Amino acid sequence: MRVGLFVTCLADLMRPSVAFAAVKLLEDAGCTVEVPEAQTCCGQPALNSGDQADARAIAQQVIEAFAGFDAVVGPSGSCMGTLRQDYPAMFAEDPAWRARAEDLSSRSHELLSFLVDVLKVERIGLRHDARVTYHDSCAGLREMGVKAQPRKLLAGVVGLDLVEMKDTEVCCGFGGTFCIKYPEISTKMVDDKIANIEASGAGTVLGGDLGCLLNIAGRIQRRGLPIRVMHTAELLAGMGNEPSIGEPAKR
Amino acid sequence: MHAPTTTFAQRVSVAILDKRLQAALDHASGGFLKKRAALVEALPEFEALRERARDIKDHVLANLDTYLERYEAEVKRQGGHVHWAATAEDAREIILAICRKANAKTITKGKSMVSEEIGLNEALEAAGHEVIETDLGEYIIQLAKEPPSHIIVPAVHKTKAQVGDLFDLHHRPLGYTKHLTEVSEMVNEARQVLRGHYFRADVGITGGNFLVAETGSSIIVTNEGNGDLTQSLARVHIVTSGIERVVPTLDDATTFLRLLARSATGQETETYTTLSTGPKRAGDLDGPEEYHVVLVDNGRSKMLGGAFREMLRCIRCGACLNHCPVYTSIGGHAYGWVYPGPMGSVLTPLINGIDKAYDLPNACTLNGRCQTVCPVKIPLPGLLREIRRQQFEQGITPGVIRVALEAWAVLARRAGLYHRLMRFSIPLLSRLGRRRGSLGWLPLAGGWTDTRDLPAPQGRTFQQAWKAQRGARR
Repeated sequence: MRVGLFVTCLADLMRPSVAFAAVKLLEDAGCTVEVPEAQTCCGQPALNSGDQADARAIAQQVIEAFAGFDAVVGPSGSCMGTLRQDYPAMFAEDPAWRARAEDLSSRSHELLSFLVDVLKVERIGLRHDARVTYHDSCAGLREMGVKAQPRKLLAGVVGLDLVEMKDTEVCCGFGGTFCIKYPEISTKMVDDKIANIEASGAGTVLGGDLGCLLNIAGRIQRRGLPIRVMHTAELLAGMGNEPSIGEPAKR
Repeated sequence: MHAPTTTFAQRVSVAILDKRLQAALDHASGGFLKKRAALVEALPEFEALRERARDIKDHVLANLDTYLERYEAEVKRQGGHVHWAATAEDAREIILAICRKANAKTITKGKSMVSEEIGLNEALEAAGHEVIETDLGEYIIQLAKEPPSHIIVPAVHKTKAQVGDLFDLHHRPLGYTKHLTEVSEMVNEARQVLRGHYFRADVGITGGNFLVAETGSSIIVTNEGNGDLTQSLARVHIVTSGIERVVPTLDDATTFLRLLARSATGQETETYTTLSTGPKRAGDLDGPEEYHVVLVDNGRSKMLGGAFREMLRCIRCGACLNHCPVYTSIGGHAYGWVYPGPMGSVLTPLINGIDKAYDLPNACTLNGRCQTVCPVKIPLPGLLREIRRQQFEQGITPGVIRVALEAWAVLARRAGLYHRLMRFSIPLLSRLGRRRGSLGWLPLAGGWTDTRDLPAPQGRTFQQAWKAQRGARR
């Protein structure tokens, strides 16, 4: 299957290892992966701030860049939710683009749900000794139905102990531009999230969206807590011992 | 209720540092969530009920004039009066006139968010009437001279100890001298104090959870029975309700009652569900001599025709508040008007003007939890985003946000330029944070770095690294 990787702006700029992990998981599952260069971002910052014109222009750029792939896959429930749920609605009054947006929408998948639900990957042969907990990112959970898939793949990792934290489905306070427009509320929310992570006893928190993970990791670093933060794909791709988000690179 | 004099940001700061408020919010929200979840779990047809409720509401909203006229005709046939209030001011005038005509000295009130919306208590008191809230939560905040902070549990922000102190202050002159520490004692004392008011009241004002078109009945649900005493012991009963609360039949009302109790307080049914249909008839043992319904528009018919019609499905259960991580972080008062949480963040700008409540629709992470619990399936995040769109188009979005957004969009729309710039700047940023792994401060990024580190970029961008590794494919 010919897959176009939607890198996501945060993976591209902040944490390329997440995109490399996605490539590895997709190639191991038998896909041919290509990375169109004409992609930047899904347009959510514009869309969620009410800037419809820029959001549409960015959507058109994505639609063009990913024409012709069997599937469009990205390591983010949030960005892929935008491609799948929001793009068609953005062109309600433009039948030609609406059709193209719907076509892209029908081919768009969040990485782990694509592996499990479409490619029917049962388990990933891997050993990683750690106690981890998983944060359900909101858009992945509610827009893309990502809930069982990461847990299924993590359950197949030998030596991994997945413990559920309290309120795992509650927002971490990232919310895109929300976290910089309303830092006090955002910080309160991420502190609640971190309290639940700590109470779970896990040394690592995993998640499927870099926005949430940067928020959680950034606050954990500021507070000097010994908790590692990683994208689920990184762990599943065998990068679980690499520096976690916000940790200094190894010498 | 008046617009607040403080800013949203000021109110948020106060709320987040208020330890008692935070404790009260933690305590209350947890309980409701658990109870609701257990009942939803136990009701296999819950999802089917939600869909049915949504469909009934959509049908009513598409034929609102027909159902309201039918309702009006039935109320009149039962000997009641229907008054149409286009604005909050109209509603206050109508109610003041009824009270004046009834020579009302004392007015008891059941819980009504519409009466909060139209600022009724202030108007009644200014006209010299004695107003007594009879819902325990409303009674508490009336004593505290505060607005409600939740649409179902108006005093949710008050701790037990604070209520004990309030009762000391206000009940001591009435002869209640014992300092109370237990909730059951407080309920009993409030009940005794309120009992006398019910019998003295000339007018009883209640809300209306549902208005039934086929019978002309108004339905209220309470857990304290205070609504029943308010509406049946006073000489005059006034129902205040939004025009969107009409349902076609009693059968339809039961669908909503099942959803409302579970969604609001996590009960299978509220303790009291009371229908009132017209005034006391010949031969009736009790009931009011006059029965009035004040149907309040106050911006609702404007919503009916536009992108926000779905908001009119709202049955005011409060589930979206209880499940909103922003609401449970800051409480209801921070929102600044009568309706807080997700539903309030849609309603407040729509009723008061989208230019007057910029923050409400924006102070939301669009996490979507509210929509998943809404018993009538209102797409709240979508409606909030639509308000943001209108704010942006009308130039209400602050300039600094527009400029930042435009600067970013100029790049994001031009992939070639974007990648050239990022190839240069991202490795720089990465080097800055390499030693610690993260950056503690960045210019113009205080919104992030005041409370969080910024994890440093790993090095080259993915696009750059990928190209180096595999060569350009496109």
